[in-house]
Amino acid sequence: MYDFFILPFEDYIFLRRALVACLALSMSCAPMGVLIVLRRMSLMGDALSHSILPGVAIGFLLRGLSLPMMSLGGFISALLVAFLAGVVSRTTLLREDASLVGFYLISLAFGSLIVSIKGTNVDLMHILFGTILAVDKVSLLLVAGISSLTLIIGALIYRPLIIECFDPSFMYSLGARGALYHGLFIMLIVLCMVASFQALGTLMALGLMMLPAIAARFWAEEIGALFIIAFIIASLSGYAGLLLSYHYIWPSGPSIILVAGLFYTISLLIGRYGSIWKTHK
Amino acid sequence: MNFERFILTASKAYRYLKKFGHEKSLEAAGRHNISTHQEGITCTNLNIAYNSHIAIQDLSGTFQSGTLTAVIGPNGGGKSTLLKTIKGFIRPSSGAITRNGIPLSQITYLSQNSEIDRSFPLSVKDVVAMGLCSEVGFFRHYNRTQCEKIMQALDSVGLLECADRALHTLSGGQFQRVLFARMALQNAPIVLLDEPFAAIDSSTMEALAQLLCKWQQQGRTIIVVLHDLDIVREFFPKTLVLARQSIAWGDTKETLTLDNLRKAKFYSHNWDNNELEAVPSTWSRN
Repeated sequence: MYDFFILPFEDYIFLRRALVACLALSMSCAPMGVLIVLRRMSLMGDALSHSILPGVAIGFLLRGLSLPMMSLGGFISALLVAFLAGVVSRTTLLREDASLVGFYLISLAFGSLIVSIKGTNVDLMHILFGTILAVDKVSLLLVAGISSLTLIIGALIYRPLIIECFDPSFMYSLGARGALYHGLFIMLIVLCMVASFQALGTLMALGLMMLPAIAARFWAEEIGALFIIAFIIASLSGYAGLLLSYHYIWPSGPSIILVAGLFYTISLLIGRYGSIWKTHK
Repeated sequence: MNFERFILTASKAYRYLKKFGHEKSLEAAGRHNISTHQEGITCTNLNIAYNSHIAIQDLSGTFQSGTLTAVIGPNGGGKSTLLKTIKGFIRPSSGAITRNGIPLSQITYLSQNSEIDRSFPLSVKDVVAMGLCSEVGFFRHYNRTQCEKIMQALDSVGLLECADRALHTLSGGQFQRVLFARMALQNAPIVLLDEPFAAIDSSTMEALAQLLCKWQQQGRTIIVVLHDLDIVREFFPKTLVLARQSIAWGDTKETLTLDNLRKAKFYSHNWDNNELEAVPSTWSRN
């Protein structure tokens, strides 16, 4: 038991770092995921996570596999895509989701192209699927820093954020700047994704946000409880995923996401509120 | 990283936020002299059109301060448009609307089909507490008097026992009561409601209509779009019959006549037949 569950983390520093990174990510990603689900922006989050890629690729082009540079690039490109999609949906007949899809497909193709031309297929795999087992001290600090920043800003603007998620027209009628808080919210989402792409890759950065959040929906009906349950599920997924990836030599990103997926499936089947078991009883 | 400096910056930021919240609350405190404005809301030759589609034509008149007015009329007659224009969501094409110096943020507006997700994981109390937002600000705690106010508002709509219930457990009527409690806390001098009684049970309808009367006695100006004429007759002293133009506007007894309703309906048939010309110009207005 001990050998299987604890010893790997005792023996290897890279596993310990990976675990800490996962816990830090769970802290910020889980609450953000809950808010994304409540705001009904799941698909928009998906599109946003892909639009990180071209920025990451340009960072890679300039500095190679340097995490700070790639993170900065990813942050800028995702914000740019969100902004452009917003402008397009406001000035043309396209709705926001459709225009986002347009932009993210371009981003995905463009990003992959740049990485393939400059680097190898291995580099592309690293960027798309993450290399959590290669987390070094610098990237750990970066991940922890971004997570803390997200949590602090999220806590500061919690009330307007919730009102804006719950009832945008009420926010508007208060004369408050709903668009400002919506923009800040999108910025926080992008920050979380940038933090998690090193660990999980741009393709799965969203996994640690969304899967715990939608699984938590089946276990709580109060927003604070949702945050906590989503965090617990996310961190357990991180721990179990790393363990599996160590013992069976599976890639870490997909392992973590699959464990989170398992939690989701179980919640879907036997959760306390609105699960299949509850509705068919 | 210099830790002390970080703490210093953080405390500065906190002070700034506190001040920001305080200013907001001062602004809110200034509006408790509800009944000091006399004129109410005045429309002068108001014309509103969307992409060459006429919604309201040449509307002139005043919603007197402290009155409770029902707006009735056929579909497409510009009722919702009028409320949105008063709230400032729509700009008039020509003409003017004066609100006697009351800022737009102090006008409460409840839209027709609120697109609120009722499965949102908040408690009843949480939603009602939003009504105090302009008083408390976004960044400060609710103190004890404010918590009491929230409970009083819940009591006024008969939902005191439901304070801690999750939102999704409420019926449609109860949910509408929650929204009314939230509006009560906003304490705004002007209240605009678009079809607030659509699809709710009759006991809720009656309770909420009585609440509106109470608000009117407190000196608020209330304008409600309705289609249930019995409710209008029972609770609303003033009525505006609107069919793109004002058919009749004044005391409910004089305006809510079969004749006026027929006239409004006749106009609305005319739009269906000839969309471009809203109202035949040869007809004189009453």
